[in-house]
Amino acid sequence: MKVELTSQPFNPWTTLQAYETTLSAQIGKYGAVTTFTGTMRDFNQGEDVQAMYLEHYPGMTEKYLQQLSHTALQRWDILDTLVIHRVGEIHPGETIVLVAAWASHRAPAFEACRYLIEELKHRAPFWKRETLGGEKMRWVESNG
Amino acid sequence: MMTITVKFFASLREQLGKSETLLSTSKPLTVSQVWSQVCDNISLPAHILTAVNMEYVEANTLVNPGDEVAFFPPVTGG
Repeated sequence: MKVELTSQPFNPWTTLQAYETTLSAQIGKYGAVTTFTGTMRDFNQGEDVQAMYLEHYPGMTEKYLQQLSHTALQRWDILDTLVIHRVGEIHPGETIVLVAAWASHRAPAFEACRYLIEELKHRAPFWKRETLGGEKMRWVESNG
Repeated sequence: MMTITVKFFASLREQLGKSETLLSTSKPLTVSQVWSQVCDNISLPAHILTAVNMEYVEANTLVNPGDEVAFFPPVTGG
């Protein structure tokens, strides 16, 4: 299980591959890996978005994501989870979040992955502030 | 007297013009009472989320001297 916040751009696929190499004890045990990646768009609510600042609550955000991962591991028959989320300045096309779940079978892998991203979006302490044209700033008020 | 650390995040931090303040108290207060004492007796808006020592809590939760209380708007990560 791993939770990480990073202020640097990352490639979700090489990150996933690198993490999977640490799961050598699980090789042959997992038969399903589900992933979700969230990528920054260059538009939102009818406006062009040039950049975004992702604020978080240092300490609580990490703690919340750790608890969420533990809950997923208890609730579903899964073997491991990975959650990586950007903080700070971010630009269109960059990955905001990577969530993955490893399981013997696909059903718990899909369900746990869905649970992790939905709870993260609705409860994890992150806040997006968008930079629109003309350097105008706007806080995103709610998640869909 | 001991202090409660009070933190504000995101749009709320900008509206209030402060990210952190210290509140002196000799007795436990509820989260709502902490808010009122640091925000000119205004009542806690219903949409504001609250945490004590980095765990989500309800507005009627008791806060003890030495605790860290946080107030923030709905979250928008992911």
